[in-house]
Amino acid sequence: MHHVVLDRWSRGGSALHRRDARAKTIAVLVFLIALGTAQRAFLPLSLFYLGILAAAILAAGLPIVAALKRAAVVLPFTAVFAAISLAAGEPMRAAALVGKSYLSALAVLVLVSTTPLPELLGGLERMGVPRYLLMVAQFLYRYLFVISEEAQHMRAALQAKSGTLKRTLWDRAKFGAAGRALGVLFARSYAHAEGIHQAMLARGFQGHFLTLSGRAFGRADAFFVAAALVIVVGARAAVEAWI
Amino acid sequence: MHIPDGFLATPVWATLDVTAAPVVGYLARRAQRGLEQSKVPLLGVMGAFVFAAQMINFPVGMGTSGHLVGAALLAYTLGPAAAGVVLTAILAVQALVFQDGGILALGANVINMAIVGMLAGYLPYSLWGAGRWRRQAIFLGGFLSLLTSAVLALSELLLSGVAMPAAVLRISLGLFVISAVLEGAITLAIIQALASINPDFLRQPRSDGARTLGWIGVAAIFLAVAGVAIASAYPDGIQKLADATGISSQAKTLLRTPLADYQLGTMHSVWVRKAGAGLAGLSLIYGALLLGGKLLARKRGA
Amino acid sequence: MQPLVEVRDLRYQYDDGTVALDGVDFQLFPGETVAVLGANGSGKTTFVLHLNGLIMGKGSVTVCGMPVEPATLTHVRQKVGLVFQDSDNQLFMPTVLEDVAFGPLNLGLARDQAETRARDALAAVGMAHASSKAPYHLSAGEKKRVAIAGILAMNPEILVLDEPTTFLDPPGQNALVALLDELPQAKILVTHDVDCARALASRAVFFQKGKIAGEGPVQEVVARFNWDRISLQRPAGSRL
Repeated sequence: MHHVVLDRWSRGGSALHRRDARAKTIAVLVFLIALGTAQRAFLPLSLFYLGILAAAILAAGLPIVAALKRAAVVLPFTAVFAAISLAAGEPMRAAALVGKSYLSALAVLVLVSTTPLPELLGGLERMGVPRYLLMVAQFLYRYLFVISEEAQHMRAALQAKSGTLKRTLWDRAKFGAAGRALGVLFARSYAHAEGIHQAMLARGFQGHFLTLSGRAFGRADAFFVAAALVIVVGARAAVEAWI
Repeated sequence: MHIPDGFLATPVWATLDVTAAPVVGYLARRAQRGLEQSKVPLLGVMGAFVFAAQMINFPVGMGTSGHLVGAALLAYTLGPAAAGVVLTAILAVQALVFQDGGILALGANVINMAIVGMLAGYLPYSLWGAGRWRRQAIFLGGFLSLLTSAVLALSELLLSGVAMPAAVLRISLGLFVISAVLEGAITLAIIQALASINPDFLRQPRSDGARTLGWIGVAAIFLAVAGVAIASAYPDGIQKLADATGISSQAKTLLRTPLADYQLGTMHSVWVRKAGAGLAGLSLIYGALLLGGKLLARKRGA
Repeated sequence: MQPLVEVRDLRYQYDDGTVALDGVDFQLFPGETVAVLGANGSGKTTFVLHLNGLIMGKGSVTVCGMPVEPATLTHVRQKVGLVFQDSDNQLFMPTVLEDVAFGPLNLGLARDQAETRARDALAAVGMAHASSKAPYHLSAGEKKRVAIAGILAMNPEILVLDEPTTFLDPPGQNALVALLDELPQAKILVTHDVDCARALASRAVFFQKGKIAGEGPVQEVVARFNWDRISLQRPAGSRL
């Protein structure tokens, strides 16, 4: 599964992995804004930015082909709009849509595959994002795997019971069966949540999550942010001045 | 419907980010107050449930099938505030972990689905959810939540100048209506199943602030429809509108003035202004979040 | 000798009116392991949830001399370590180490002390190598060990284990029994697994309709309530 692979990638030990989550988040935001607002000389700029991201992937010791493929998940959505733009006689706009959405996704991929999600969320919390929201996101991420597995069992059971899905135009019985299956999945998820809460209380939970890690924003992180700013913004200024 | 980065014009995503941030902050505090602190795992696991629910296909006939999106369902079972938080968390995890939906576009996606779409789905339930028209209200809620989200997303794309000929627009609106009918039917099927397992899973419709929020949702639907109408009338999108009203020239001077003080104005390139607008938008979100948090912390402490 | 746990006339009714516990008296002494047997729905799990105040009924529960009440909960929960049946519910932190450190941190220990405790506990259950793994990458047996480590890290005096051997394969069950046998704490073992009860417990109590219907040496209780699996072997000489 996608998130399991990312989880493994994110626990590497490269210099990029070791940077503070805040530093990487800021760098990615700068990148996204510089890319998103670009208009002139888009093609050379996007090639240059692709180079920067590829260098980051290699520096982080991640498999580059797999990473490039993973970021392509945005392309089906983008392709529809790009095709419309092409048909409307705007090839540059089509290229910009494809380039911007792909490079943006790749940049986010580099961020999450060099930063374990809990660390990333911790960084966001220290940047002022509401803690409650981040805790919900953390539990969501943790239980994605457990609940998805149950859903897969249910899907298999449904298919075994109802055979193929091609018979009638509107099968109320099958529709209802799928509804009931989801009702049961809902009830089970609810029971999981209660069980988790009991287990938390049993281990002395008093309403606040305390964590072991307390990574500090060091000099190397400040340097990293500065370097990212100079490279990303400088590259764009240079490309636009030349072309 | 998850808008990736690169589609929305800078003024569009920046505005929506700035709007979404305080609303999400408000919903998070409201949910935290409404449910005990202890319910954090519940919201998280329900988020995982919505992810997983999307694996179960509902047969629609002719070899096709659809799946649940879930905004209305969550609003009926967790209440609107908690549903907004869960949906925002889902969108954030989708954007970060699955690269489904952009980061700069996160505000837009949150407004479309987690806030306005969810509230539009809650409105019929809060009006008629307790009475004779309960089933119809639940169906209508699912229908409205999906249609509202989709139309909002479409109008944002059009405002950003993404080209869309009238024929494509009509086809996509048709597809949205079909998915919305499906969402309504699936939501109703699940709610009925839940009611038979344990009626306590459903929240009784409440007529307090939630209903006000619901009306805001309806207002947003009208705005969205108006947005689509305007945007399709002016295919060049926001640029023409802005030029016509003189907003854009004002915005340009506004943005240029502070930058000139720092000698950057001499570069005279468009992107400085654009990037400036983006950065300004982000700093605004950041500031609003911090300020909102501080004010509320002080209020609570008092 | 002072009992570690003393329960007197404990009664509990669910919101829907179902009587779950109907007058339970129970004692646990230092160093002993008691098996709690009985049918599903006989009140076993409800009973053990009372031991660290996750639910509170009528009657009295005393742990290490402290009555279980809202004011003593923090201390009681440090003394009584509860290992739940479903490890997935117990392991919710992103990594194994952080999960095991969850309890010590809640007790107010400093980060480095909590980490030391967590590492020691993981070593004690033979899972030190997995400390940076995510819990969902582990097998059922490994998850159970980590869940036990999470409890041991709190230095409890009493271990309560709810169906510890379910979801485990036979070698996993044997390994778990060997591990539990080495732990010095007094234990309460809620289980359907009679073999596990025989291997670990010095006595057993049998729950029926919210009451303790009988107690004594494990083998005696098992025989009295006919609680062993019948032999499913084919009679000698039969043919299909």
